[in-house]
Amino acid sequence: MQFRWEWEVFLRDTGGGETYLDWMISAWGWTLTVSACSWVVAVLAGSVVGTLRTTPSAWLGRLANAWVELFRNIPLLVQIFIWYHVIPAIYKPLQEVPSFILVVLALGFFTSARIAEQVRAGILSLPRGQREAGLAMGLTLAQTYRFVLLPMAFRIVIPPLTSESMNIIKNSAVAFAVSISELTMFAMQAQEETSRGIEVYLAVTGLYMATAFAVNRVMAFFEARLRVPGYVGSDH
Amino acid sequence: MGALDLSFFNRELITNFLWNGFVFSVELTLVAMAGGILLGTLLALMRLSDRSWIALPAAAYVNTMRSIPLVMVILWFFLLIPFLTGRPMGAEWSAVITFTAFEAAYYSEIMRAGIQSVSRGQVYAGNALGLTYAQTMRLVILPQAFRNMLPVLLSQTIILFQDTSLVYAIGAYDLLRGFSTAGRNFNRPVEAYLLAAVVYFVISFSLSSAVKQLQARIAIAR
Repeated sequence: MQFRWEWEVFLRDTGGGETYLDWMISAWGWTLTVSACSWVVAVLAGSVVGTLRTTPSAWLGRLANAWVELFRNIPLLVQIFIWYHVIPAIYKPLQEVPSFILVVLALGFFTSARIAEQVRAGILSLPRGQREAGLAMGLTLAQTYRFVLLPMAFRIVIPPLTSESMNIIKNSAVAFAVSISELTMFAMQAQEETSRGIEVYLAVTGLYMATAFAVNRVMAFFEARLRVPGYVGSDH
Repeated sequence: MGALDLSFFNRELITNFLWNGFVFSVELTLVAMAGGILLGTLLALMRLSDRSWIALPAAAYVNTMRSIPLVMVILWFFLLIPFLTGRPMGAEWSAVITFTAFEAAYYSEIMRAGIQSVSRGQVYAGNALGLTYAQTMRLVILPQAFRNMLPVLLSQTIILFQDTSLVYAIGAYDLLRGFSTAGRNFNRPVEAYLLAAVVYFVISFSLSSAVKQLQARIAIAR
């Protein structure tokens, strides 16, 4: 079989005054932006929901449970369509909002269900004495969480949070379905326009892998910085 | 907005739009599960081999698959299969091959953990009885590994079922495509996507509740 590489494809003009390379780099920027914004939404919502699941209040716990089950049992692509087609039809003001925001909310809430599970597991893995000690010292429940439980729980949660952060980058690919101009969308369109699918896909795949690797290193850095002396995994 | 109008949701809609898609989603899930567990077990055994020329390729395959977005893997196979075989392949068949190959990587990680969870004494016992490596694996280790990991394997299958919706990228006709086509034809996208979410939720939620019960029963038996 004859196959010749044609990497020059990236220097071709897209017809809009920029090269495919320019387009790919801006698409990479979109992937990073969508992922980063979704990460913030996911960590905020996931922490709140995960924490609520460990509080003594039964109905707050049930509410948080419902949140997790709802966002975990519907495929991400369907959730994106719901945010894109259904919610703006029901709540009109969202029709003015750019689809970028809707995708960030979809991916963020989807991921928040997983992070909530990890935060809950992290809090529950702490010895019960920590909570009791906090309350016995006269701290309120909120203060106990703020000063005693959460600082430890978040350190425990970093390793699973790392893999979830890498998942967000991968899952952001689903945004192609609502025409966000991110890497996968670029791959599909550039493949169609240039017929050089192998080169295009290789470059895009390489960017995804490099990004996931970079996220992994950044999280490893934080994990090392935030280690608590005296615990397994700390070398102090 | 107008109130939700579900009147288009009737028997005809199900037979004309949804049933075929639903059947394909289920078939895709089951085939990819069976093929993925089989291939994944092989990959796990390869990774646990002492010989690095067997272990390294398996590790490379698994790690590569796990670091690429599934949508990109779907696009890759859809591009490469006709390129390598020289003839076009329908989106449905391409999806079946893709999901089997992709899920094998995830199932293999589960099976690897399962095999490692069986105590080493079991391997020694098999050797002492004069069983070959293959016999020890097939008759002693793998059945226990499989049993220990059954809930996790099933949870992965539920994720797989949800992920089959991504064949949208290559236009295969699955359950989600059935709903979106119906929504377009009746000009009722809001209702169609809501129903899609409900159907996926009911299926995934009931399956995961079943897995939770199974997990509890297995835990007691041990």
